Amino acid sequence: MTIEGNEIRREMILNMGPQHPATHGVLRLLLHLEGEVVKKNIPIIGYLHRGVEKLGEHRTYLQNIVFTDRLDYTASMCNNLSYALAVEKLCGIEVPERARVIRVIMAELQRIAAHLLWLGTYALDIGAMSVFFYCFREREKILDMFEMISGQRLTPSYICIGGVRRDITDQFLEALRVFCDTFNDYVRDYENLLTKNPIWVERLKDVAVLSAEDAINWGTTGPVLRASGVKFDFRRATPYCGYENYEFDIPIGTKGDCYDRYLVRVEEMRQSNRILKQAMKDIPDGPIMADVPFITLPPKDQVMNNIESLIKHFKIAAGLFQVPKGEVYSSIENPKGELGFYIVSDGSSKPYRMRIKSSCFVNLSALPFMTQGCLVADLIAALGSIDIVLGEVDR
Amino acid sequence: MSPNAIVFVVIKILVIFALVMLVVAYLTLLERKILAHMQIRLGPMFAGPHGILQPIADGIKLFFKEDIITKEADKLFYFLSPALSIIPTLMIFAVIPFGDQTTLWGLLKEPVKLSITELNIGLLYVFAMGGIATYGIVFGGWAQNNKYSLLGGVRAAAQLISYEVAFTLSVFGVILLAGSLNLVEIVDKQKNMWYIVYQPVGFILFLIASVAELKRTPFDLPEAESELVAGFHADYSSMKFAMFFMAEYASIIVCSCIGTVLFLGGWHGPSFLPPFVWYMLKVFVLMYVIIWLRATYPRLRYDQLMKFGWKVMIPLGFVNIFATAIVLILVK
Repeated sequence: MTIEGNEIRREMILNMGPQHPATHGVLRLLLHLEGEVVKKNIPIIGYLHRGVEKLGEHRTYLQNIVFTDRLDYTASMCNNLSYALAVEKLCGIEVPERARVIRVIMAELQRIAAHLLWLGTYALDIGAMSVFFYCFREREKILDMFEMISGQRLTPSYICIGGVRRDITDQFLEALRVFCDTFNDYVRDYENLLTKNPIWVERLKDVAVLSAEDAINWGTTGPVLRASGVKFDFRRATPYCGYENYEFDIPIGTKGDCYDRYLVRVEEMRQSNRILKQAMKDIPDGPIMADVPFITLPPKDQVMNNIESLIKHFKIAAGLFQVPKGEVYSSIENPKGELGFYIVSDGSSKPYRMRIKSSCFVNLSALPFMTQGCLVADLIAALGSIDIVLGEVDR
Repeated sequence: MSPNAIVFVVIKILVIFALVMLVVAYLTLLERKILAHMQIRLGPMFAGPHGILQPIADGIKLFFKEDIITKEADKLFYFLSPALSIIPTLMIFAVIPFGDQTTLWGLLKEPVKLSITELNIGLLYVFAMGGIATYGIVFGGWAQNNKYSLLGGVRAAAQLISYEVAFTLSVFGVILLAGSLNLVEIVDKQKNMWYIVYQPVGFILFLIASVAELKRTPFDLPEAESELVAGFHADYSSMKFAMFFMAEYASIIVCSCIGTVLFLGGWHGPSFLPPFVWYMLKVFVLMYVIIWLRATYPRLRYDQLMKFGWKVMIPLGFVNIFATAIVLILVK
């Protein structure tokens, strides 16, 4: 309660963030509090703005891959994939079957890793410490696999235009097999700690409810939308990379509260594991990169041994290539929701305009609506449950 | 009081103070180690073998840290509150018995009682001191002029006041059974059977209420780090922060000691171990349970905490008192 002139204001204005442990990055929430009740909640974004969209206009199609890694840095493989699919659609590139399967494996591994990171940090937000470490144990295994295959853990830039950068190895397949066999047991462990824990249920049930209608009206996608009971998944709605060949369920919630979002994400991890098991069963032989002259990079061994390939590689890397004129929009199901790339090409080697459609941004915009009149603790639960990464919100 | 007796009391105070401070320091290490091993990591490993010098290193570090006083802080209460939270907590140790009596293996001519003083209203004194310690947190939260601390302080005030009631109610059964508030007498009455057998509900209520009084998970709302950053001690640094910290851990020891004395038969146990070891073992078990809870449970919400306190704990406490009283009358 503050006194201004003769008027007594019962509201306290609280800046939550940009440095705050529960905002998972540099989000700032301007809260109008009455006691602990949040009367008004204004998210203020832009602290992590790096101008990825604008930068995209000044870098070649090839160079842009590394920027996509840094959008949602917990799901860089999926970001690579979304961008690569958009450029491939623009250029009409047909990706070889082997590369498509590898892409599915990577995307699903990344989905599990992103959900694990979410689950760990979310449990930490609610106050359960230990789950965080268990989740990171498994996430570590996935990152190790990424390192095996691409040399990088967080920013692999592995999926590139026309295919994938390197072929998978037996070592990777063995690690993947072990991971797939054991992962469901680990998920069961997390669930033992949380799903029926009375405090956990009490904290999440009926908090930040978003009805199916509201979820659609706010334009949310991903687990937030599905937790509200809308069965919509880009992997089913507009299959890419051959997702139509895999069997998996789309888990949906009933109420659209934080608890449903938790359940949906946990079930999604299991379904991703199911897809992984199917994908690794028969990985077809063949090239890992489409052979489109002057757009896709030639294989590395040829670059090293063949002067024509070396010249080709140099020209592409130096930006001396052209893509067809036109504009495309292509989106995929990222762990957080829809990640779409809208690219306008003027025929040069650089996009004329690159626009990124981020689900984190859209889902975050529904936060003030969800959290009207809730308590501070509920706000933390709600913010965690929509699972934002500021790298993608601010771009 | 003869001069000799005064010397004895002073020696006892010094020994117990030193012991408590040492246990506080090593309780932090114990907590970090237990948590670490529950969370598949190692905990402190660098200061000494398996990090056994870590508490000392922490102490030195905190001592030499810059003591920050924020510009808008209320100076008086800012200085007062760390002292207000640690001094009453340490004063509780004055009445806690650590054993029956000892001659220190024949070194002393007359046996010495293993408590600083034996108050006939010992338990009442414990609650009174515990109540004063609450002020330290409430003042501290307010004095920093920090919004997060204020929220933490307000939460602490509400939580501690409501759980103080449940805490007191939970031990009434024991008082009825023992017919005394003197802690040594209560222990002596448990020579044949621990009160946890007669008072299981009372013990559970006591455990929950003491965790709430200690502001530890799942009742750690006043300092909820993911909501209020550090809650009531957000702007404290250096030794002032250390005092809050020590007060918290000293209270863990207090609660474990009280729990041992009231419900677990104090130093009584099968004779293959000396009484003092039995006592320490029971205290350790209670401390372990409190630390264990932190590794397992999420945090409650403010209103849920209140609801639980007033609608579950307190009615159960009353039911327990009445049931105990009725059974006692029927038996007699």
